[in-house]
Amino acid sequence: MSAVLAASEGVVPLTRILTAPGGSPVDLAWLIPVVPAVSAGLLLLFGKRLGRLAAAVAITAMGYSAVASTLVFAFLGSQPEGGRTFVRTVGTWISAGPLQVDWSLLVDPLASVMLLLVTWVGLLIHIYSIGYMHGDERYPRFFAYMNLFAASMLILVLGSSFLTLFVGWELVGLCSYLLVGFWFENRDYATAAKKAFIVNRIGDVGFMIAMFLVFFAFGSLDFAQVLPEAATVLGAGSVTAVAICLLLFVGATGKSAQIPLYVWLPDAMAGPTPVSALIHAATMVTAGVYLLARTSPLWALVPEWGLLVAWIGVITALVTALIACAQRDLKKILAYSTISQLGYMFIGVGLGDQVAGIFHLLTHGFFKALLFLAAGSVMHAMANRTDVWGMGGLLRAMPITAITALVGVLAIAGVPPLSGFWSKEEVLAAAADTPGAQPIWLLGAIVAGLTAFYMARWFYLIFLGLPRWEADADGSVPHPHESPPSMTLPLVVLAVLSALGGLLNINPETGFLHGWLEPSVQRYAGETPFLAEAMAIVLVVALSVVGLVVALLAYGRRWTRPAPSMGAAGAAQRAFYVDRFYETVVMVPGWLLAKGLATFDRLGIDGLVNGSGRATQRLASVTRRLQTGFVRSYVLAVLGGAVLVGAMFFGAGVGW
Amino acid sequence: MVVPAGYYLLLAAALFSIGVVGVLMRRNIIVMFMCIELMLNSVNLTLVTFSRINGNLEGQVLSFFVMVVAAAEVTVGLALIVNLFRLKASTDADDVDSLRS
Repeated sequence: MSAVLAASEGVVPLTRILTAPGGSPVDLAWLIPVVPAVSAGLLLLFGKRLGRLAAAVAITAMGYSAVASTLVFAFLGSQPEGGRTFVRTVGTWISAGPLQVDWSLLVDPLASVMLLLVTWVGLLIHIYSIGYMHGDERYPRFFAYMNLFAASMLILVLGSSFLTLFVGWELVGLCSYLLVGFWFENRDYATAAKKAFIVNRIGDVGFMIAMFLVFFAFGSLDFAQVLPEAATVLGAGSVTAVAICLLLFVGATGKSAQIPLYVWLPDAMAGPTPVSALIHAATMVTAGVYLLARTSPLWALVPEWGLLVAWIGVITALVTALIACAQRDLKKILAYSTISQLGYMFIGVGLGDQVAGIFHLLTHGFFKALLFLAAGSVMHAMANRTDVWGMGGLLRAMPITAITALVGVLAIAGVPPLSGFWSKEEVLAAAADTPGAQPIWLLGAIVAGLTAFYMARWFYLIFLGLPRWEADADGSVPHPHESPPSMTLPLVVLAVLSALGGLLNINPETGFLHGWLEPSVQRYAGETPFLAEAMAIVLVVALSVVGLVVALLAYGRRWTRPAPSMGAAGAAQRAFYVDRFYETVVMVPGWLLAKGLATFDRLGIDGLVNGSGRATQRLASVTRRLQTGFVRSYVLAVLGGAVLVGAMFFGAGVGW
Repeated sequence: MVVPAGYYLLLAAALFSIGVVGVLMRRNIIVMFMCIELMLNSVNLTLVTFSRINGNLEGQVLSFFVMVVAAAEVTVGLALIVNLFRLKASTDADDVDSLRS
């Protein structure tokens, strides 16, 4: 804290603070997640009284974390290249025999770039929320949850063991539930929140079993103990290594929305738009990619299974890109686009070029946050309408939003020299370099074209052409207007980041990010390109440009009409019936099973209990007739008994 | 003159039977109560008779026990009857049928 204060006052030179003994930013890194968490707690307790001040508290907390993260990053940068990994223990958590888990932080180059992304993008989204959530009745609670969300992700990123990472992992899931279902009065939104939570839980089971296996094999859950020993303890290609990696990947598919567990993410659009931006850019969905990058020494043992990850990534990317081409909801298009881009990241980490995956994660964090916030700005202007066919011509009404959104679109479409171009090329280069991954490269290139197409479609339909909106049922017509500065400022900042983010790693071999992440990941991607790099780049860019032009021809006219929802387009519009499929294959049998069990409980278990009660009752209704209530009849019975006993004695006496 | 033991036993059996019949036939609680006493005393008579026949004192000792128990029983029994009468204003045993199903 003192270091930060001093830095802000500018009294002590920055380098002195960074090297001060016992006061280096790394020692205070634990405050990075704790401050937003405490702020969240305060807001939950006293938010009502704070009212609109809640936003100030939340933003201050995020700002603190952002500044602290930057100091940590700078401190790591000031250290020699081999000494940039620090483990700081705050306290003991679990101490049970061989299982020792501490509350400790792993501050290394990988964690530090994630910290920067989460805190700065999170901060911008917080600022944006001031304007976007203005007038919401649960304004303080929203900021409390947002802070908690950021804190959870920071715990996830900083956790120094599988279990501490898992704590953040679960907290992120909880926060997504709370925020996706923020407007829980709407039944659909509440259902979407539940869906997000439950689908994530399926992945979490995989993660947990992977953790058990790690502990079984290594006797520890600490990254510092597990990862360096992975090769010696497990050996290349061992069954345990395969099991651990695949189960970790199951967890990653849940959190990072890959086939088969991606279905929650499009529905997660039910939350307020800043939440979508936070989920899609900074927190939550990046967790799976981060996990795979973090456990890269394990994956290096089983690179052929990494290829499977890349395949799943590219298939997810292709399928969801196709779906995105046919969607009408402006946030759903972005949601499917996120899943598609996450597929790219998994190509990178799966093929062993983690730097490419993380690079795409960072640039995607910039431009997807930008696109979502722009979408939120549009919805703000359009009275919460979401159908892109009911928009058009918004460029004139809201130029800042339109221009920043255009930067985001071009970035995600991979137009050079914007950030998306560099990171996407790097991911595809990894596919081109790895033997056996050439089909992945080809599909990835096609997805690049599709990405350009659907994002251009998104942009043209919203901002170009003629206004297509109609009056509501109650006759009200939206009057689009530019959003307040609290919303446009983050847009501008993110647009700059989206444009310049590529500077992080312009050359895959010598770029900054490459050298920076070197100590944290273990690269195992191939080095033999199957076609000349320059040609590959030209091909992909050409495909992207084709996508843009096709979209321009199809949708850039002054007046366009929605395509008929038939055939392939209709199938894509309905997300290829994947949700329907899951409903039939998972939900309906589950529902029937539950119903069957309920019937068994009612008839079987309850029947047994009630039946014994009823049997007693029936028996009693017969035997109670014996109780006449007349003393004399009882006496008669006694007499009868006495005579009987007497007769027996008599009989015994005379020897019957 | 020595009365044969069999007569005593016959007398006791007769008294006991009278008591049994009284309990079974009469409805007045007090009479039923007295019949019970009658049965107890007939048993006492039997005990004493056998004591004489066998030439030991065990039967006589036991008859004293019976008397003590009978005295205690009278105490409790009469108290019950008095209370019952206060409750029901009747000494008819058939009126006391609250436990009847």
